[in-house]
Amino acid sequence: MEIISRMEKDTAVVTVTGRMDAISAPQYQDKLNEMITAGTIAFVVDFDGLDYISSAGLRGILATAKALKIKGGQVRFANVRGTVKEVFEMSGFGSIFQVHESVAAALAKIG
Amino acid sequence: MDPMAMTCKALLENLDEVLGFIESCADRFGLKENRKFGLLIAVEEAFVNVCHYAYGDKEGEAELVCSGDGGSFVVEIADRGIEFNVLSLPDPDTTTNIMERKIGGLGVFFIRKMTDDLSYQRKDGRNILRMVLHAHDDSATS
Repeated sequence: MEIISRMEKDTAVVTVTGRMDAISAPQYQDKLNEMITAGTIAFVVDFDGLDYISSAGLRGILATAKALKIKGGQVRFANVRGTVKEVFEMSGFGSIFQVHESVAAALAKIG
Repeated sequence: MDPMAMTCKALLENLDEVLGFIESCADRFGLKENRKFGLLIAVEEAFVNVCHYAYGDKEGEAELVCSGDGGSFVVEIADRGIEFNVLSLPDPDTTTNIMERKIGGLGVFFIRKMTDDLSYQRKDGRNILRMVLHAHDDSATS
């Protein structure tokens, strides 16, 4: 799994590619926690290049979302597709999180 | 398909090897791509459970066997650790909001969702989880 981040004004756009499994999921959590600690509270996570996610990945997503919520922040997801989308829907994550068609659409909602 | 087996230490670092093995068996069997994806998740969840819980602080092994049973693809994952039926765990509530949503419980939920038949057996000091996917039934992932 590879994670790349860039800033769009005050929002971090985090691009995740590869596989988010029990081995790699902590990387996601560590990366976002590091940025949250540094003061970023708005995130758009781009899953366009993500082709696998298991419960470990969902746990990482949920843990960081909770941490953000406590700080009054938010995380939105873009390009959740194919099998990753199936997992999101099956687990209920598709309805508890804001999911957008594109990074631009997610950024527009953050304003 | 002749049965294929692998044994490895029940350590998270072997996850890639385990999933690679399952993928090659599923390809040999001819399992469809979308079913294979669900199966890999189910196997990851089952293997991670063995890694975390089967042997406590000690080291132990996980044994995996793939076979074809008529039109079905069968994966058995076994350990020689403490007796534990993962299927005894309840499913999580998938309808709560972010703050109320519990972190755990999704692993066994995916094992159930991604397979067509599922059974647990304690036999000769082994926990054996048997996962079956019907080749011509897409219901578990649709």
